[in-house]
Amino acid sequence: MKIHEYQAKEIFKDYGLPIPRGIVVHNAHEAERAAKELGTPVVVVKAQVHAGGRGKAGGVKLAKSPEEAAKIAAQMIGSRLKTYQNPEGLPINCVLIEEGVNIDKEFYVGLTLDRETSRPVFMVSAAGGMEIEEIAKTNPELIIKEHVDPAMGELLPYQARKIAFKIGLTDRKLVNQFVKILNTLSKMYFELDASLIEINPLVKTKEDNFICLDAKIDFDDNALYRHPKVQELEDTTQIDPLELEAKKWDLNYVKLDGNIGCMVNGAGLAMATMDTIKFYGGEPANFLDVGGTATVERVAAAFKLLLSDPKVKAIFVNIFGGIVRCDRIAGGIIEAAKQVELDRPLIVRLEGTNVEIGRKMLEESGLNIIPAKDMADGAQKAVKAARGEI
Amino acid sequence: MSVLIDRNTKVVVQGLTGREGSFHAKQCLDYGTQIVAGVTPGKGGLVWSDEEGKYSVPVFNTVEEAVKETGANASLIFVPPPFAADAIMEAADAGIKVIVCITEGIPVNDMVKVKRALEGTGVRYVGPNCPGVITPEECKMGIMPGHIFKKGRVGIVSRSGTLTYEAAYQLTARGIGQSTVIGIGGDPVPGTTHKEAVEMFNNDPETDAIVLIGEIGGTMEEEAAEYIKENVKKPVVAYIAGVTAPPGRRMGHAGAIISGGKGDAKSKMEALREAGAYVCNTPAEIGEVMERALKERGLL
Repeated sequence: MKIHEYQAKEIFKDYGLPIPRGIVVHNAHEAERAAKELGTPVVVVKAQVHAGGRGKAGGVKLAKSPEEAAKIAAQMIGSRLKTYQNPEGLPINCVLIEEGVNIDKEFYVGLTLDRETSRPVFMVSAAGGMEIEEIAKTNPELIIKEHVDPAMGELLPYQARKIAFKIGLTDRKLVNQFVKILNTLSKMYFELDASLIEINPLVKTKEDNFICLDAKIDFDDNALYRHPKVQELEDTTQIDPLELEAKKWDLNYVKLDGNIGCMVNGAGLAMATMDTIKFYGGEPANFLDVGGTATVERVAAAFKLLLSDPKVKAIFVNIFGGIVRCDRIAGGIIEAAKQVELDRPLIVRLEGTNVEIGRKMLEESGLNIIPAKDMADGAQKAVKAARGEI
Repeated sequence: MSVLIDRNTKVVVQGLTGREGSFHAKQCLDYGTQIVAGVTPGKGGLVWSDEEGKYSVPVFNTVEEAVKETGANASLIFVPPPFAADAIMEAADAGIKVIVCITEGIPVNDMVKVKRALEGTGVRYVGPNCPGVITPEECKMGIMPGHIFKKGRVGIVSRSGTLTYEAAYQLTARGIGQSTVIGIGGDPVPGTTHKEAVEMFNNDPETDAIVLIGEIGGTMEEEAAEYIKENVKKPVVAYIAGVTAPPGRRMGHAGAIISGGKGDAKSKMEALREAGAYVCNTPAEIGEVMERALKERGLL
């Protein structure tokens, strides 16, 4: 789960991390008042959306007067911010007005799971302000890495000092501040079950202090059950409506650009189904995994979801029953067909547990279903059906 | 021979009395697996039985008791996510060396800690978020449909449950049996990696060839490729799912995400190809390619 910058900064503040003074506002009037209250010669107006690359996309602007802050806020609020991460754009419902800071130097600090070692890893770079992916590509030697030992549960001071000296910090006060920040982040990572914490940039001010100019925290969805306060921070306006609907039903759905709707059990098979459709010249409209404990209601919901996408010209149901028994899937398809108008070709491939019962149920349902004998056959039939050839 | 489990494996099921646990324990028993005990805290002393009353299995409060009373030497875990890390550690503490955790949705940090805690203990745990392990016609510890597997000499390792079934089904349909099939699961911190599974198969004299099924996310397939390049003479047939997956989007499995420019399908396929593996374009080819590979090597 993602949260907004201002929410992440509130959490930072609770942990005693240094953040700029800032006020969240929802309209121009509030923006003007906030800028006056902050009282610095320059304030920063920052669009609150769940996407990186906001700066380049025009979502972060400087204002030299409260009036200018109001003007910028008025332009931003109610519009959509299109970024390279999200070309369709995300709605800006509020902006964060922050005091200006005298930047001397910028650093990148990131903390996430390193899958090679199965431990969280700090990535720190003196090339702050840039995307870490970019630094990793062009100057990987500029990224300093240090793993957090899960048995210790925090980054130890010597590890943080190692990083501090490598990025060129010498002043004792600054080194100590830096060590404190990294240690706090590592504790926060475990305590809140974060999957990513990023400060880009962490800034050294001209007054020789560190301040977290930006803050990003992503949370592990699997652990949200033990963090009710974090759950409350979810902003559903930042999620694609179809994906939100899918989430309600506990379905794994990712919208793509093609025209063949896919309903599959198992994430691996769902990806493979997309790949196979593409291999035979088609374009998948989505990733959809109906999961391991599919009920008739959930399968029906999945089906309705696919039919609600007007781009979808054909639907390919590809099921290999293990936990999900084929009779349940068949029941879901029949149930969904009763609830929605099945106006597009439906290709079904069933295999696995209770397959005979499932196939018989579909056959006897009177539905217009194109059966497929295996995955390749199904994919090819779906590609043809989407072209209107069957 | 096989790896991890065989006809002599004595299984304790943690979470036997739950809905999923009961359903799948019955399926495992039908397959011939020796399930000797169940563990549900607070239900110790009960005897679990399936609906038809065909089987009865004693239930214990702790794994320690179950091991002491029944000699169980492998554990199959079905407990809900909040209790799964605890269950794995309990099994390990009771001296069990083969642990298979089916549970999906365990917090990542729980598994980070479990992995760290079990380092160097000699405990082999598989999963979580996986279909389990099966040595066909001997022992099934998992949720896979048993009838699609056949005893034989090809090892399968996969991050995806349904793709495992797909591969086994195709092999079986061609009369090619399997030595052991290991579903390592779709989480970002798996107990057993591709490389470790490939290593087990490589060292197993009765495994002739290996099917490796991977997907986007992480670098496990690349690590396996490196190992294969240096050590494996047996034919390896590989498939990687997610060529069409967009970067930055999680594709169902917690571990299936291309992030930070790492973990795309093409670079994994390239690494495996370079290591000498037969790389398939679609999973529909796995059976056919394996048959060809075995024939080329005079193994079929």
